[in-house]
Amino acid sequence: MTMTGTPVDNGVNTAALLGAREALTAAPEAAEFTWRATCSWLNGTHTRSTVETFSGLGQQHSHVSAFTFDADHPECFASADHGATPAEYVLVALGSCLTAGVAAVAQHREIQLRKVTATVEGDMNVLGILGADPEVRNGYRDIRVRFEIDADASADDIKALVAQSQKRSAVFDAITNPTNVVVDVA
Amino acid sequence: MHLPVVVIGAGHAGLAMSHRLTERSIDHVVIERGEVANSWRTQRWDSLRLLTPNWHARLPGAAVSGGSASRDPDGFMTVGEVAALIGSYATTIDAPVVDRTTVTRLGSHGDGYRVVTDRGVWTCAAAVIASGGCVAASVPALAAALPTSITSIAGLAYRNPRALPDGGVLVVGAAATGVQLAEEIQASGRPVTLAVGEHVRMPRTYRGRDIFWWTESAGILDERHDEVDDLVRARHLPSPQLIGTPQRRSIDLNHLGEAGVRIVGRLGRIHGGVAQFSGALANVCSLADLKLDRLLRTLDDSAGASRIDEIGPPERFEPTRAPRSPVSELDLAADGIRSVVWATGYRPDHTWVDLAVFDHRGRIRHRGGVVADAPGIYVLGLNVLRRRRSSFIGGAAGDTAELADHLHRHLDLTVHAGTPSATGTARHERLLATHATRRD
Repeated sequence: MTMTGTPVDNGVNTAALLGAREALTAAPEAAEFTWRATCSWLNGTHTRSTVETFSGLGQQHSHVSAFTFDADHPECFASADHGATPAEYVLVALGSCLTAGVAAVAQHREIQLRKVTATVEGDMNVLGILGADPEVRNGYRDIRVRFEIDADASADDIKALVAQSQKRSAVFDAITNPTNVVVDVA
Repeated sequence: MHLPVVVIGAGHAGLAMSHRLTERSIDHVVIERGEVANSWRTQRWDSLRLLTPNWHARLPGAAVSGGSASRDPDGFMTVGEVAALIGSYATTIDAPVVDRTTVTRLGSHGDGYRVVTDRGVWTCAAAVIASGGCVAASVPALAAALPTSITSIAGLAYRNPRALPDGGVLVVGAAATGVQLAEEIQASGRPVTLAVGEHVRMPRTYRGRDIFWWTESAGILDERHDEVDDLVRARHLPSPQLIGTPQRRSIDLNHLGEAGVRIVGRLGRIHGGVAQFSGALANVCSLADLKLDRLLRTLDDSAGASRIDEIGPPERFEPTRAPRSPVSELDLAADGIRSVVWATGYRPDHTWVDLAVFDHRGRIRHRGGVVADAPGIYVLGLNVLRRRRSSFIGGAAGDTAELADHLHRHLDLTVHAGTPSATGTARHERLLATHATRRD
């Protein structure tokens, strides 16, 4: 897409991703991953989750370090606001997944990105979680993502980038499609 | 009985191969489970016409392109006309068809193969699997959760709306089958909900010419299996949203919406009588619109500026009007839905092939129809087998010519290699490697 001859670099190693795709197609059992988070109650609605290990490629892996995430409810819900609400973490997950996808697809399509910003909003009627109206669902009614992208590409190519990122996004899929969830007690 | 070649399936592809073998004086039979063109006679709905115009459906050695000389080259054959065309083709080329004979097993036998049927056994040096790409319905596993009070019917079993109960109908899938069935079922007075996943939007005519005229003249259907950017994706692409009618009209989600069809996202789950649909409808519509525009730009480029007088100016189509907040959950019974039609695709049935030639998804591994894991085995009529054209009736001519050449070489090698099979195999591989440079 660029006519300058400067190699496109969004910091994404697409050669490695394409190599992984080829290797995993040949050995599909290695493609099974399990992601994991543990969540501990601290006090009130305040919790701390830790993400450290996951499995895949037939073995256990550890992140470079353990990452922690504090969640809480805001003061207007009579809480201490020690962190984002769990529902906001869903927006964080969606925004970061789609934005990473835009970068990866852009690299593959040789589009140089300069700036990408995604604003994610979700509409929720809290009468659902308060149990005040059985007709209202607990979760988001609508989620909107607005991308602002500065890149060396036409408006149509940028639209196609964003569409392809949604098509290949794990979190977009997890939110837009039903997923079996099993909760049990040890 | 022993023969050099057994062809399994007397549809257009198996018969075209038969013609190619006859041209090369290679003795063979064509084994057919029913009558010639069996799936066209027994597995297609009443109103179906071919998606490709008559001029496109050329078979090698057939008397006249598209069958009878009186046929409109720009028309679309009905199912009965297709069956008649293939039937008369079998007669024209004098194909050695053994009909009403079902193959129950294809296994190896020495250096060759053994074809077991309900009416005898054949042994052969080579076998051609031409049993059809669209003979079994791909119904998703989630269909098992459908309440038993709701009628469930796969696309292959559907004939016409009258066979459905009165009341609402959920049509799952929006490829050619899904959009065609949604339209005719809605017109029968049964309100249709159409579950739409990734789809391919395509106008019937563009700048006054049939879309197949365009894809042919732009060379798109000539693209080879080893040139396609992503072969797995190309082979699994849904069929385009097209219908063959005498009016040569288009069919897309906007037309269906205007006809009153309710458009929802891909069916994700049925649980406790409630169907849940994907919230990604807007994106799959946007992907299809963007892809259509890219296709039209490719076609415009192929025509060049000089021909505008001849074929009219470029057109662009209105974006898909996807509902802003589509229904994401439906209590099927409460919504009045009495039946579900699974237009979720077709697949070949190769369950009788008892050879180690399958990948982890149960598909025959082949390179352009050559099954390398079983020398002498060939497969025909699958999506993008050798070219994008392969699964169309008009795709058989090129594929069978090239595969018959490959098969002919295989027979020569088998005969010349002599009996010691280890030496034979080594020689075989060496010679095939030499031939590979000819771009088979």
